[in-house]
Amino acid sequence: MPLDNVVFWVFAPISIASAIGMLLMRNAIHAALFLVVNFFCLAVFYLILDAPFLFAVQIIVYAGAIMVLFLFVIMLLGVDRDESLLERLRGQRVIGVTLGVGIAIELIVAIRAGIGFATKGAETFDTVANKGGNAVALSRVLFRQYFFPFEVTSVLLIVASIAVMVLASQKRRAITRADAAAAAAAAEREAA
Amino acid sequence: MSTPISSFLIVSALLFSIGTIGVLVRKNALVIFMSVELQLNAVNLSLVAFSRLHGNLNGQVLAFFSMVVAAAEVVVGLAIIVTVYRRRQSASVDDFTVLRG
Repeated sequence: MPLDNVVFWVFAPISIASAIGMLLMRNAIHAALFLVVNFFCLAVFYLILDAPFLFAVQIIVYAGAIMVLFLFVIMLLGVDRDESLLERLRGQRVIGVTLGVGIAIELIVAIRAGIGFATKGAETFDTVANKGGNAVALSRVLFRQYFFPFEVTSVLLIVASIAVMVLASQKRRAITRADAAAAAAAAEREAA
Repeated sequence: MSTPISSFLIVSALLFSIGTIGVLVRKNALVIFMSVELQLNAVNLSLVAFSRLHGNLNGQVLAFFSMVVAAAEVVVGLAIIVTVYRRRQSASVDDFTVLRG
């Protein structure tokens, strides 16, 4: 059995199991940690698919930055309570799982109809598409063919950071109960 | 590389469906957001797999762009969740019944 096949069959069950674990965990922090495991498995898949640059970006951006942001917000909000299992809409869980399984079956049928289960990738990928190394080849495509979209993403990042500053700078309400108590005490002192 | 491309696509399809179930079933807004991230990652995997299938790098560039957009989206989404939490003292979507502040 070739090596990449072995690596794939080790990491595919781990990635599916960690995704299901994320789905089943009632505690948000446990769900986030399962998602980190899943992101690492996806990074390994990128490595098998001859995309080492995306492997590094996946670990730095997703497992590094985005998940730290998630965990930071979970800690900030103190959402360490377990989720209630009460269904506000009756049958929501059954219908949701049915729809999800339906999408999975539909996608697998589409894959079978589209490329079949045995198609392999191009043999010359490393010498033709990845010529001169993946990062060099990717930057060649990115800065020639996709230069305008690349610039547009920088505008998007600036807009996002401005939006976050606007959202975060609302000072009308107290953030914590301690702040609320301090504000109430100050108001009382003023009245007296 | 001897693994068929379709195995990656099937893993991607399964991860996408698990993410869909998470969005539909879970109540915690943060966990719903994580499920959306899982769906984005599943689509990224299929983009990279198709890039390998067709022998050019367009799919990888698209996956790269989608990571940038996902980063921006996470930042704005988490800021919105924090803002809503300040108002309602809860992160459960059952408690968000009105859009008015």
